[in-house]
Amino acid sequence: MRIYVCVKQVPDTETKLKLKEDSTGIDVAGIKWIMNPYDEIAVEEALRIKEAKGGAANVTVVSVGPKSRITDCIRSALAMGADDGIAIDTAYEIDPFATAHLIHAALKKETSVDLILTGKLAIDDNCSSTGQALAEYLGIPHTSVVSKLTLQESGALAEREVEGGSREIVELRLPCLIAVNKGLNTPRYASLPGIMKAKKKPIKECTGSELGGDTFLKIKYSHFQLPAEKPPVKLIQGDSAQQAKELCRLLKEEAKVF
Amino acid sequence: MPRTLVFCEYDNLGIKKGTQELLTLVQKIHIDSFALLLGNNGFNFAPLIEQLGTFGVKNVFVCQNEILKYYNPESFTQALNLTVESCKPELILASSSMMAKDLFPRLAAKIKTGVVSDCNSLEITTEKVVVTRPLYSGKCTAQVDFLNSPIKVVLMRANQLPIEKAQTPSSPKVNTLSLPPLDLKTTVKSIVQGTVGKVDLTEANIIVSGGRGLGGPQNFKLLEDLASVLGGAVGASRAVADAGWVPHSLQVGQTGKTVSPTLYIACGISGAIQHLAGMSGSKVIVAINKDPEAPIFKKATYGIVGDLFEVVPLLTEEFRRILT
Repeated sequence: MRIYVCVKQVPDTETKLKLKEDSTGIDVAGIKWIMNPYDEIAVEEALRIKEAKGGAANVTVVSVGPKSRITDCIRSALAMGADDGIAIDTAYEIDPFATAHLIHAALKKETSVDLILTGKLAIDDNCSSTGQALAEYLGIPHTSVVSKLTLQESGALAEREVEGGSREIVELRLPCLIAVNKGLNTPRYASLPGIMKAKKKPIKECTGSELGGDTFLKIKYSHFQLPAEKPPVKLIQGDSAQQAKELCRLLKEEAKVF
Repeated sequence: MPRTLVFCEYDNLGIKKGTQELLTLVQKIHIDSFALLLGNNGFNFAPLIEQLGTFGVKNVFVCQNEILKYYNPESFTQALNLTVESCKPELILASSSMMAKDLFPRLAAKIKTGVVSDCNSLEITTEKVVVTRPLYSGKCTAQVDFLNSPIKVVLMRANQLPIEKAQTPSSPKVNTLSLPPLDLKTTVKSIVQGTVGKVDLTEANIIVSGGRGLGGPQNFKLLEDLASVLGGAVGASRAVADAGWVPHSLQVGQTGKTVSPTLYIACGISGAIQHLAGMSGSKVIVAINKDPEAPIFKKATYGIVGDLFEVVPLLTEEFRRILT
C-alpha cells in the first residue's frame, strides 16, 4: 500500500508576529517553524497503518514551499518513521489551490497512490482547502475532520465531527484522501536513532515551476494589519454579588450585548 | 452588482443564523441574487422557502435527491455545480460552517476558481468584492484578492453582520434542479446525533467557556446553567478537553474551534496563546479567574478577579432576573 502524507511548515504559535513595513505580508525573520500540528497527526496515522500491516506499506511525505523550510519539515516526518519524501520547492508563499495543483502534478508521476492523509487545516491560514482541492484534482473521494479511521478491504471507514457535536460514519472507496482532526491519535516523538536514520532517507526534489508553477494561484493576501490595541480590561470590584450585578449591568447598558 | 448565489444552511429551527446574515446583506444592497436549498427527496421545503421570503428573496433554486439527505462532498459538489451552470453567478456566499469549509474548496477546484473562508468583513460594490480574514491565529488580518477566479466564493464567519427582515416579504420563485444519477465513492453510513437543540459553537452568539479552574467535569453544570439562561453554548479550553472532562468538539482554540461570538465568558481559563487564537475574534470578552495575573485579562473587556464557584451562579441568577 502506498500512503502519501501532505505536510506544511507553519510559524510556532508562540512566535511574536511582525509585519513587513509595506504591509504585504509577515516578516519571516526570527520565526520558529514547526510542522503543522494536524499534519503531525496525519504522519502518525500513516505510520500506525503501516505498522498494522506488518510494514507492508510505504509512507511518503510531501511538502510544498521554500526548500529549506519544507526539507526540515519532511526530515522531521522521516525521523518519526516515514520512508521517503517529495519536496516541491517554491520560492514564495502560494495558496491552497496552487499547492494542491503542484502536489497533484507530483503524485501523477508516482506509480500508485492508495491513501492520502493530511491535517484538516494548517494553523497559519486556517484555510482547510488544500486536501479537498487535491482530492478533486485527482478525482478521488475525500472526507475531513476525521477523528477515527479504519481501513477495510473495500475502503476506509472514517468517523468525523459535524455541526452540533454530532458524528458521522463515512465509508470511502480507495484511493481516497482523509483530512485528520485532533483526537485521532497522539503523535510520537522522533527517537534519536530515528533522527539519525532520517538523514539518509531519500527526498525527491523538484521545483514548482517544473510542475506548472504558480499559474493556478486563486487568492492572494494584501493589506496586512495587526489587530487594534485593546483598551485595558475593566476590572469589576466588590464582593461576588456586587461583581455579578455590575457585570450584568455593563453587558446590558455599556456593551449592549442584550 | 455581481450576480450572487447564497448557499442556505438550515436545521430543525429553520434557516441558520449565518445564512440569515448573508440574506440580509444581499437584500440591503439590492443584488440580483438566488438562494439555494439542497435536501432529501420528499423533504418539505415550503416553510424554508417562506422564511427566505421574509428576507426578500425572489429566486430560489431547490435540488432534492436521496443522495442529498446527508452532507456528502461528492453529491453536494455536483448539486452546486449544476446550480452554478444554471444560474451563472459571479459571487457565491455561504456561512463559514464546518460543512461549507469542507464543501466549497472541492467545488472551487472543480469550477477552477478560488474560495476564501473565515471572512470577517465583506464589502460588495459594483466594481469589486472586498473581503478580509484573520491569519496566523488572529494575530493579524489581511485583505484577500481573488486571482483568475471567474466566480468569487466567500465564506463568512457567523455573527459578523446584522440580521434584518425585509420590509415587505416576497414570494420566491422556485426553480427545481434535478441531479443526474451519480456513482458515489463516498457513503454516509450513520450519524451519531449530538445533544439535540444545542447551539453550535461556531455559530453561537454567546459562549460560556470553562478551563482547569472548574476543578472537574462535574462542575461544567454551572456553565451549562449560565449558557442556557443566555441562550448560548458551552466551550472549553484544551487542558480540560485533553483531560477528558468534555468532548473535543467543545474545545475552543488553535487545535479546536475558532469562534466569533458577540459575548465570550471565560471561566477559570488562564488564557494560553493557543486558546486566545480561537476566541480573540469575540466582540466582548469577560474573564472570571481567581488569578489576577492570568493572561486572559489582557484580552478581556471586563474582568472579575474572584471565585468562579461563587460568581457564576450569581451571574446566572442575575441574568435570569434581567432577561426574563
